[in-house]
Amino acid sequence: MILMHLIKEEERMLNGEDGYTAKKSMEILVALGDIYGAEKLINIDSVQVAGVSYHNLGDAGLEFLDELARDGKVKVLTTLNPAGMDLENWKKLGISKEFAEKQNLVIQAFRKMGIIISCTCTPYLIGRLPTYGRHVAWSESSAVTFANSVIGAKTNREGGPSALAAAFVGKTPSYGLHLEENRVPDVHVDVRVNPKKISDWGALGWCIGKKVGNKIPYMTGVKEADLDELKSFCASVVTYGSKPLFFMEGITPGSEKHQLPKEKVTIEDVDIKEAYESINDDVDTIDFVCIGCPHCSIKEVAEIAKLSKNKTVSSNTEFWVATSRLMKQLADKRGYTETIENFGGKFACDTCMAVAPLKGRFRSVATTSAKGCYYSRHNGMKTKLGSLEECIEAAVRGKWS
Amino acid sequence: MELKGRIISKGVAEGEALTTSQPISFYGGVDPDTGVIIEKGHELEGKKVTDKILVFPNGKGSTVGSYTLYRMKKNDTAPAGIINEECETVVAVGAIISEIPCIDTIDISKIETGDLVRLQDDVVRIEK
Repeated sequence: MILMHLIKEEERMLNGEDGYTAKKSMEILVALGDIYGAEKLINIDSVQVAGVSYHNLGDAGLEFLDELARDGKVKVLTTLNPAGMDLENWKKLGISKEFAEKQNLVIQAFRKMGIIISCTCTPYLIGRLPTYGRHVAWSESSAVTFANSVIGAKTNREGGPSALAAAFVGKTPSYGLHLEENRVPDVHVDVRVNPKKISDWGALGWCIGKKVGNKIPYMTGVKEADLDELKSFCASVVTYGSKPLFFMEGITPGSEKHQLPKEKVTIEDVDIKEAYESINDDVDTIDFVCIGCPHCSIKEVAEIAKLSKNKTVSSNTEFWVATSRLMKQLADKRGYTETIENFGGKFACDTCMAVAPLKGRFRSVATTSAKGCYYSRHNGMKTKLGSLEECIEAAVRGKWS
Repeated sequence: MELKGRIISKGVAEGEALTTSQPISFYGGVDPDTGVIIEKGHELEGKKVTDKILVFPNGKGSTVGSYTLYRMKKNDTAPAGIINEECETVVAVGAIISEIPCIDTIDISKIETGDLVRLQDDVVRIEK
C-alpha cells in the first residue's frame, strides 16, 4: 500500500507507462516518502548527483547507470559531483588506463541521461545557484550544507540513486529538511574563538560537529565569514557531525527568524586546539599536498599562485590544486595556471582527494581541509591540517615544519 | 505464523532465514563477490547471505551500499529477500534497484535462523 498522495501523472510513471527508468525512480521516491512519512512529492529546481567516481561505483554501479541511461532523461537541471580522475589530464595524475576507460563509461552514461558533466562538489560556484526557500535535491554533503545554510534553499542529504530518481521525475518526497518544522535550530553554539586561517574554519566545523552531533546548531559570536570560509566550514561540520544545516547569527539567512535554543555549548580556543591535535598525525615527511576540498574558488587559485611564485615543489612531493574545469579555464586566462605549473603543481580538475583512487599512492598529505584529512585517513595517509602558507611550505620542503 | 509488515520492494521470495539483531552495512560489510559477511566482529561474520531471507533490524553506513546490493544481485550472491524492523535509505534503495523483495515494520525477534520464510506482498509467512 502506498501512503503518499500521488497525482495521476506520478501514478502513470509508477505503473511503468513512461518507461523503465521513470518507474524505478518513482519506486525509489515512493519508498523513501513512505519511510519518512512524506505526504506528497514536490517540484525541485535542480539536482546534484554524487556517486560518480568509478572507484566507489565499481562495475555494478556502472551497470546500474547504463540500465538507467537506456530510457532515462533528467527533467530538471542536473549537475555531477567529482569523478575519480581529471577527465582530460588523467595520465599526468598517475591514473591507470584501465581505470580511465571505466571512468569514461560512467561519464558517458551520465551524459546520455542529459546530465551536465560539471564534475564539481561546488555547483554553486559554477552558476548552479539555487535561491532562498527553493526546493532542490542535492547529494554531496558539503554542497547540501551550503545550499541549506548559506543560501537558505531546502534539500535533504541525498544518496547517488535517490538524487538520480529525483532528477528523472523532477520531484522529491516532501519530508525532512524540505519542511519548515524540521529546520528549527535546537542547540545554541556560542563561538568564543576568532578563526583566522582557512584551516581554522575546518577545525571549528570539527568542534561543532563533535559537540552537537545530529542537532541543528544556532551559532552566535562569529563576526564575519567570506565565501571560502563558509565553504570550508560547511564541508567540515557535516563530515564530523551529521545534520546538513546550521544558522550563523547575522551571517546566514533565516537566522533572524529563530529564538536562541535553550541547550548551549561553547567553543573556546582549547576546543580548536583539540581539533588540530586530533586531525594532525605525527608525521614529518609530506609526499602529497592537496588544496581544494571542496573545490577551489578562483580566489583560492589566485592565492595559491601568489604564494607559489618563484618557488619549486620538492622532488619528493606532489602538489595538486583540485578545482572545477570552469575555474581552471579562468585560471588559464589570468595566468595563474602558468605560475602554479612553473612551481611544479598540477591541476586536478573534475576530481578530488576524496574520490580519486589514491589508496597506496601516498603516505602523508598536507591540506587546508579538515574534510580532506578525514577522507585521506580512509585512504591510509597520515594527515596534516594547516594554512595555505604552511601547505605550500610543506610542498617546497617535502616536510611539515 | 503470519506477520504483516510494510512493502519496501515488491515481490515474492522464499528461503531459509538468516537472522541477526545487529545492523548491516553492505558497503564494506559484505563481500559482493561471495555474499559473505566480512564486517569484523559482526554476529554473522563469515556467514553467507546468498539465497537466504536476510533478517536484520536496519541498514547502516555509506549510501554506496545500495550499489553493493545491486552488484550482489548481478553476481548471483544476493539474499532472496530482506526483512527489517525499520528499513532506512541505503537498504530501501538497494532492494528496489536490485528487485530484491523487502518488507519492514516486522518484529524480527519472532524469526530465527533456519526458519523457512516466505515473503509475499506485505505478508511474512514463517514455518518453524
